[in-house]
Amino acid sequence: MKKFFWVLILTLIWLPSVQADLTIEITEGVEGALPIAIVPFGWQGAGRPPVDVSAVINADLQRSGRFKTIPQADMLSRPTTAEEIQFKDWRALDVENLVVGQVRPQGTGGYEIRFQLFDVYKGEQLTGYTIPTTAPNLRATAHRIADLIYEKLLGIPGAFATRVAYITSVKQDDGTQRIDLNIADADGYNPETIVSSTEPLMSPAWSPDGRKLAYVSFEEGKSAIYVQEAYTGRRQKVTSFKGINGAPAWSPDGRKLAMALSKDGNPDIFVFDLGTKKLKPLTRHYAIDTEPAWSPDGKSLVFTSDRGGKPQIYRVSAYGGPAKRVTFQNSYNARASFSPDGKLLALVTREDGSYKIAVQDLDSGIMQVLSQGSLDESPSFAPNGSMIIYASKAGYRGVLAAVSVDGRVRQRLALQEGDVREPVWSPFKK
Amino acid sequence: MNRMLTLWVSLTLSVLLLAGCSSTPSGDRQAGADVSEQSTGAGGQDGSGASTSAASEGAAWTGDPLENPNSLLATRVIYFDFDQSTVRADYLDVISAHADYLAANPQMVVRLEGHADERGTREYNLGLGENRANAVRSLMMAQGVADNQLVVVSYGEERAAAFEHNEEAWALNRRVELVY
Repeated sequence: MKKFFWVLILTLIWLPSVQADLTIEITEGVEGALPIAIVPFGWQGAGRPPVDVSAVINADLQRSGRFKTIPQADMLSRPTTAEEIQFKDWRALDVENLVVGQVRPQGTGGYEIRFQLFDVYKGEQLTGYTIPTTAPNLRATAHRIADLIYEKLLGIPGAFATRVAYITSVKQDDGTQRIDLNIADADGYNPETIVSSTEPLMSPAWSPDGRKLAYVSFEEGKSAIYVQEAYTGRRQKVTSFKGINGAPAWSPDGRKLAMALSKDGNPDIFVFDLGTKKLKPLTRHYAIDTEPAWSPDGKSLVFTSDRGGKPQIYRVSAYGGPAKRVTFQNSYNARASFSPDGKLLALVTREDGSYKIAVQDLDSGIMQVLSQGSLDESPSFAPNGSMIIYASKAGYRGVLAAVSVDGRVRQRLALQEGDVREPVWSPFKK
Repeated sequence: MNRMLTLWVSLTLSVLLLAGCSSTPSGDRQAGADVSEQSTGAGGQDGSGASTSAASEGAAWTGDPLENPNSLLATRVIYFDFDQSTVRADYLDVISAHADYLAANPQMVVRLEGHADERGTREYNLGLGENRANAVRSLMMAQGVADNQLVVVSYGEERAAAFEHNEEAWALNRRVELVY
């Protein structure tokens, strides 16, 4: 099989208000990517548009690995409306699909984006919308357009208009570490810090509605689990028992948090009802039980346990009962999470002394290793199940990386400064 | 590489142990408590008894026993083998000295901060760090230290002591820190 290897620096931004600028590189592409042309959108305002909308759409589709976008330099014409399109110009380039559009100012601070997607060979429009938006939302609207194009052509929803939460650690001038919990767009833009601490922060988890994050903070000198509204900053301390308060995981209905607590002597899985504030033990074993994750139907959970000597993944009913081991390949398997369709588990596995990201098919039990690092961890599925974002190491720094679930497309999201880790992909916006 | 580090740690420890023994009458069990009594002279043990050597060994330590650099109590970090939470034999004397000190000073409280190296997942490592701290705690309680004198906190891999990604750094990160 012939593979294309290429490195593309797609984006490089500088935001003076935040220290986090992300570089996204596609480190490995895939043969069979769909050729598509995103023609630069027309601009009907004064000066330059605040955001190059077509460039954002282009970068999203390219980054997914499922599309091969045509460089502007190769385009024979630059239509911005349906009337201006000469389909033969695009057939000559072997382009199968074409996107044209325009951005125009609308009222004070408003914009209107119009776009149309065409099948070049049939010469037909496949979809088209006119979307009103505002200056701060121009990038978000561009991601939504990329989602619409992705879904129209591939039949599954795009996950570009989503966000990623992650932890950064930056060494300060006085030698201490500053640990931040951040949220950024899925392409790394618009990073915002929502919690900042000199003590460790870990294990962020999105609520199913994408509005809250649960996480672990050591700000009081020991671990405690907090739930914070991502966009208001309001937060509450959920548990701060003696010992470990760790690994919060939201139930699919958003009403409960599964977690690991060692208040009774060693870490076991508990389920905390956020409404009634009642805590229910789910596992009880002298081994380490941690890293719970709910199945999408909410009927069962997987968790990591070393009850067999080494960490392996076990599955237990959400109503309790015996746990059944589900991983048997390799001597170390941990931090499993379900794919959105519930068919796969993403997990960390140790192979030849290296820690890598793998997926295991729950029906067949077959495991496929997807990543190539030696210290990879924290896999998190995109909400459409197409990609897994995870933490990796590049030299002395932690970086974020993503891989398609078939292992054929890889990309790296590198922060310019400090250590980046524990990425978690948000659910779809609701 | 790892073995060299272990060797280095053991050598350092041996030096500390020797220093500890020389300042106490019977360096096996009562080390910590005896240091606090300050009743013995290091020089007196070997018979050659020159007062100059006794002075240089710090035998006449009059300050807080926790501050005595020649005491076993000066060792505040216990290192562990990969994926293990069993206390290595070479640390039993150190833990014993701290336990004696705590038993003799029931108003004192120590934080046992458990840590893991970066390999493996973060939450599992939190469990591993806690197991290590609990292993130290159990040994101390067996020697009469009260439960409320021991506070166990696990940081897992979140507070590394060494930041390289190699065996040397990992060995330095698999540890329990005693924080008074």
